[in-house]
Amino acid sequence: MTQSLFFSLTAAGLFGIAIYSFLVYEHLLRKILALNVMGNAIFLLLIAFARRDSTTVDPVPHAMVLTGIVIAVSATAFALALLQRLHRESGKTRLDNVDDESQQ
Amino acid sequence: MSDWVFDGLLGTGLLLLGWQTLISRDLFRSIIWFVVLGLLMTLCWVRLAAPDVALAEAAIGAGVTGALLLNAYRALLIDKPPRHPSSVVARHRQTTAWAVGLAAFSTIVVGGISWALLNLPQAGVDLGTLVRSRLAESGVSNVVTAVLLNFRGYDTLLEVAVLLLALLGVWTVHPKDETFSEASSDFAQNSPLVGALLHLLAPLLVLIGAYLLWIGAYAPGGAFQAGAVLAAFGVMLYLSGRLTPTPTATFSLKLLLIFGPGVFSLIALAVMFWGGALLEYPKDWASLLILAVETGVTISIAVTLVLLVSGSPGLKRTYQ
Repeated sequence: MTQSLFFSLTAAGLFGIAIYSFLVYEHLLRKILALNVMGNAIFLLLIAFARRDSTTVDPVPHAMVLTGIVIAVSATAFALALLQRLHRESGKTRLDNVDDESQQ
Repeated sequence: MSDWVFDGLLGTGLLLLGWQTLISRDLFRSIIWFVVLGLLMTLCWVRLAAPDVALAEAAIGAGVTGALLLNAYRALLIDKPPRHPSSVVARHRQTTAWAVGLAAFSTIVVGGISWALLNLPQAGVDLGTLVRSRLAESGVSNVVTAVLLNFRGYDTLLEVAVLLLALLGVWTVHPKDETFSEASSDFAQNSPLVGALLHLLAPLLVLIGAYLLWIGAYAPGGAFQAGAVLAAFGVMLYLSGRLTPTPTATFSLKLLLIFGPGVFSLIALAVMFWGGALLEYPKDWASLLILAVETGVTISIAVTLVLLVSGSPGLKRTYQ
């Protein structure tokens, strides 16, 4: 097994954990966290791909991931702003009709 | 052999940290785990010979995203203090039957991706060799910067626009009547230690930012990394009360925000007068134009990231 393949498989595992957490938890901040971990897993996959030929490195995926990191932080900031507004207006941190506090 | 031990530890560490981040009972702890995960990811990328990306991840992925998440967490606690503090942090979950089904689904996804990875055919086009063979034409000697700002400059131009768009989105969503809460505690404002630390770090961060910007043409570094380091400086000033949020943006601040996208777009269009296509820099001018674009982008990225963290339209200096 090469180093590239090892980290690719790690990325697949990380993606799996993230997609499970994204679907199973209803708290929106947890969903945003899970999306970020998913993004990280995909970045890791791309960087591992860039190293498939262990004698050289492909700079194109590197540039793509650099762009991706900035896009991810922009999207996260916007998602968090939406969440804060939702919480301020309705007191909720989830996207369903159940009141957060009545369930406690 | 020792390489394998190190890689194995890194990979296992990533999976364990990912699990902790996403399953941890306490949301605050989850966020801290996430930042640690980002830093470990940085190490992986250094191992995979991607120092440019590692620098950006450490500063933006782990640093700025962590600050954003903590800010949001704090806002959820403060905005409307819940009757039960646990309702903000509790792990509301689907029913157990659903959870088991979703776990099975996730396992299938991982299995499918792994199978695809193990049976991946060789790449049809070797872009790496193509980039290296034409590196001399790009005006810089760092391959990643060459791709980012010359060969695929279009992506970067749009990315800078997306960053600006995200800030506009945050501004739109923020309630108009909001009185921006002071981010800093009295401790941070009055402590002589914080002041002394800032005096020490401020020149250092500006120096590191400028260095990263300059060195990006030859070695790992560049506009994003430099912008993130400068943004860290701004976030520090904001958290310690040296910059306070204002409800409106001043004209000069708006100018700084569009400086990067503006310079980039102007240069992208201007080169067409030399007979090239959009973003096709003339060979002799390429290094100079790339440096100009990077400088503009650095400034705009830094200002935008600080405003994304503060969530306010503007910031003003407060004198201690």
